[in-house]
Amino acid sequence: MEKETCTFSYCQKPEIVEVEADLLLVGGGMACCGAAYEAARYATPKGLKVVMVDKAAADRSGAVAMGLSAINTYLGENKVADYVKYVRGDLMGIIREDLVADLGRHVDNSVHLFEEWGLPIWKKGDDGFSLDGFQARDEGKALLKDGGTPVRSGKWQIMINGESYKVVVAEAAKAALEYNRKATGMAQNLYERVFCVKAFKDANDPKRIAAVAGFSVRENKVYIFKAKAIINAAGGAVNCFRPRSIAEGQGRAWYPVWNSGSGYALGLQVGAELTMMENRFVPARFKDGYGPVGAWFLFFKAQARNAMGEDYCTGENFEATKKLYSPYAEKMGTAIRNHMMMMDMKAGKGPIWMNTHHAMEAINKTFVEKFGEKDAQKKIKHLEAEAWEDFLDMAIGQAGLWASKNVEPNKEPSEIMPTEPYLLGSHAGCAGFWVSGPGDIPGTPPEWSWGYNRMSTVKGLFMAGDVVGASGHKFSSGSHAEGRLAAKAAIALILDEPNFKPTIKETADEICAELYLPFEVYEKYKTYSTDPLTNPYYIRPKMLQARMQKIADEYFGGCATWYMTSKTLLEEGLKLLQLLKEDANKMAAANLHELLRCWENYHRILSVEAHARHILFREETRYPGYYYRGDFLPIDDTNWKCFVNSTYDAATDTYTLKKVPYKELFA
Amino acid sequence: MPSFVIAEKCDGCKAQDKTACQYICPNDLMTLDRNLMKAYNQEPEQCWECYNCVKICPQQAIEVRAYQDFAPLGGNVIPMRGSDSIMWTVKFRNGSLKRYKFPIRLTAEGANNADTIYAGLPEPNFDDLKKPGFFNGPCKAE
Repeated sequence: MEKETCTFSYCQKPEIVEVEADLLLVGGGMACCGAAYEAARYATPKGLKVVMVDKAAADRSGAVAMGLSAINTYLGENKVADYVKYVRGDLMGIIREDLVADLGRHVDNSVHLFEEWGLPIWKKGDDGFSLDGFQARDEGKALLKDGGTPVRSGKWQIMINGESYKVVVAEAAKAALEYNRKATGMAQNLYERVFCVKAFKDANDPKRIAAVAGFSVRENKVYIFKAKAIINAAGGAVNCFRPRSIAEGQGRAWYPVWNSGSGYALGLQVGAELTMMENRFVPARFKDGYGPVGAWFLFFKAQARNAMGEDYCTGENFEATKKLYSPYAEKMGTAIRNHMMMMDMKAGKGPIWMNTHHAMEAINKTFVEKFGEKDAQKKIKHLEAEAWEDFLDMAIGQAGLWASKNVEPNKEPSEIMPTEPYLLGSHAGCAGFWVSGPGDIPGTPPEWSWGYNRMSTVKGLFMAGDVVGASGHKFSSGSHAEGRLAAKAAIALILDEPNFKPTIKETADEICAELYLPFEVYEKYKTYSTDPLTNPYYIRPKMLQARMQKIADEYFGGCATWYMTSKTLLEEGLKLLQLLKEDANKMAAANLHELLRCWENYHRILSVEAHARHILFREETRYPGYYYRGDFLPIDDTNWKCFVNSTYDAATDTYTLKKVPYKELFA
Repeated sequence: MPSFVIAEKCDGCKAQDKTACQYICPNDLMTLDRNLMKAYNQEPEQCWECYNCVKICPQQAIEVRAYQDFAPLGGNVIPMRGSDSIMWTVKFRNGSLKRYKFPIRLTAEGANNADTIYAGLPEPNFDDLKKPGFFNGPCKAE
C-alpha cells in the first residue's frame, strides 16, 4: 500500500508555536507536580525557565485525578532497607535497589509537604481509633512532620481524606511555576490541553534530547518545545489489552484510562533504553467496578475465599505453586496470590469472594465485647463510613455498582477477580526505562549511575513516576518525590553545560505535517464512502485500539488465554502488530479529539510491542499470576535472575535486547 | 453513558469561554453542542467515572449513570463538593439511602500561591545539588 503523507492539500495547516525553555516537564501528574515544585526553587535564582505541558488540566490530571483514600508509601518509623526488601519481594526479586532505596529515603518529605499544603491525613486518636483530617485538627493532633501518628492500613500505607489530593498538589505545583514565570518573565509556562506526541534528538549531539512536539486539543496549534533538559513523566499504559468489559464499561479501567503509553512512546522512539518491560500488573479487585481491596484486606481484615469457603493460598494449590515458584511462592507476593486464585477459578471453584460480611461480623463482636452495645454501634457506623470513603475517594464507580446491585457489605460478600493487564512503573509494577541512579548507595555497580539521577540513556532526558523501570511501589507520594529528584538532577545538568543550545534538524513544517497526517488522510478520503466511519482508505482511532487490544489479548497473554502465551504466540502476534503499525500511517481523525485518540493509541501500540518483545526474550515465567510463558512455565533463577533491557531503533524499526546482571544491595 | 448531562439544567456555562466540564475532564470527553449550547459526553465508553465533571458543574447538571455492561439501573451516587468537605448521597436500586461527609482539605482554596509557596523555607544550596536530600531538608538517614 502506498504511504500517506501530509502536504496540507486537504486539511488546514495549524499555527506553529515554538517555546524555548531550560527545563521542560512533560506530564502534569504527581511526578511532574513534584518536579515543578523542586525545579522552580533551584531554577528561579539562576534565571532558568521551567515549563510544564499537560494533556489535561493539572488540577485533575494523571493517575490521582479522581482522588485517593491512602498514601501507599510513607516510611515514617520504618527503615529504608526494609522498604527495599518489601519492594523486592513483591516484584519477584528483580529491582534496581539503588533507585528504590533513594526513593524510600526521600518520600516522606513530599508527604509532609502535602499535609502542609492542606491534605487531610488521618491520625490515631487517644482511644486508638482513627480521626479524620477535621477531627485530628480539632483535637490538636500534631502534623506528621512534628511527630503526629498516622493511621496505617498496612506497614507502608497511611489513610487520608484524599478527594482533593491532586487539586492540593497541583495548586502547589502551579504556584511554583508561577513563582518561576514571574521572575523569568515568560508569558506562559503552564500549557494545559497540549498533547505531546514525539521527542526529538539534538541536531549537533545525536545522543542528546532537544525538543518535544505536540498539539493543542482545543485549537489548531502545533507546539514545539525546545529545552536543555526534559523530564518525561507522561504515565503508564492502560487498555493496551482488551479489557474484561468491552462496551461502555471499558472506561472503568482499574488504572486511569487516560494513561495511554505516552511516557513509554516518547522515550523509546528516541532510543532511551528500556528495562523490565516484560513486567505488568494484574490487580485482583472487586469485580467490574475495580474498587480497591487494600483497605478491606489490611484495615478490616477481610478474607478472600473460593466458592467453597476455602483459602485458595493453602493446601494443594500452595504445594503445586512451590514446585514451580519456590522460593518466591513462600513470600506470598501479589503475583503469587493471583496465581493461586486463578488456579481455583480455572478449576471451577469460583466465584472468589471477599468476605466483607464476615469481617464486619468479627469487628462487631469485638466491639460489642469491648465497648458495650451502644458505643459499639457508633464505632461501627464510623467504620462503615470509612469503608465507603475508600470507594468514594478513588473508585466512585464501585460505590455506584454496589448501590445499583443493592450490595450491603456487612450482609453479603462481593466478588473479586483479576483484571486485564496494565503497564506501569509506579504502582505494583516496574515496566519502564533504565535510568541513572543516585550513585551513593553502597555496593551499587558503577555502571548504574552516569552522572545525573533519573537520567535515561539519552542525555538530558530524565524520567519519573510510571516510566522509571525496575523501581515499583512508589505510588503517588513516591512519584512526587521522584519528580523532585529528577528535577534537581536536571537543573544540575543545565547548570553544568550552560552553553548547550537545543537545536533540531526537523523543520517545524515537517513536524506539523507528521502530527496532522490523520487530518489530511481523513479529509482526503472521507467523501469516498457515504458513511465516513467505514472507508477502505483509513483506520479510525477506535478500530486502531480494538485491533491492538485483540492482538494483545489473544497473543500476548491477556484475559482471553488466562494470561498464557509462548514463543509461537508472541511471534504471531508481533507479526500482526507490525501490520497494525504500518496501518497507523493511515490513521484518520475528523476532529482534534480524534487526533488525540489516534496518537494515544499509537503510543499504546508502541508500548505493548515493547512489552511483547521483552516477554519473548525472557524465557521463563517471572511473574506467575500476571503472565505465563507456556513453553517456560517455571521461574528460572539460574538463567534469568537478571534485568532485561532493550533499545528501539526508530530508523530501522528494530529492537535490540540484552540481559543485564542483577545485584542485591540490601541483604 | 457514564457521565451524562441533564438537558434542562445545563446552560452551557454561557458567560464563559469554555464549559467547566470541558475544562476539567481528564480524558477530553466533555464538549459543547454549539447549536443547543449544552454540554455532552462525546465518548462515554472512555469515561472513568472520576466524577470531576459532576463535582465542578455550577448547575449540578451532570450525573453518572453506571456502566450498563454490568450495573443494573436505579442506583445513583451524587456528590456535593464544597470548599473544605464533600457530601455524598448514595442511592440504592431499592431506594435506600446512605449519606456521608468527608473532609477534602484543611487550607483555603488558593492558599498555596506564588507568594506563599516557598515562604519561610530554606534558600536552595547549589553545592548540594548533586547530593541526596531536597532543598527543604535532608533525606532519611536509614
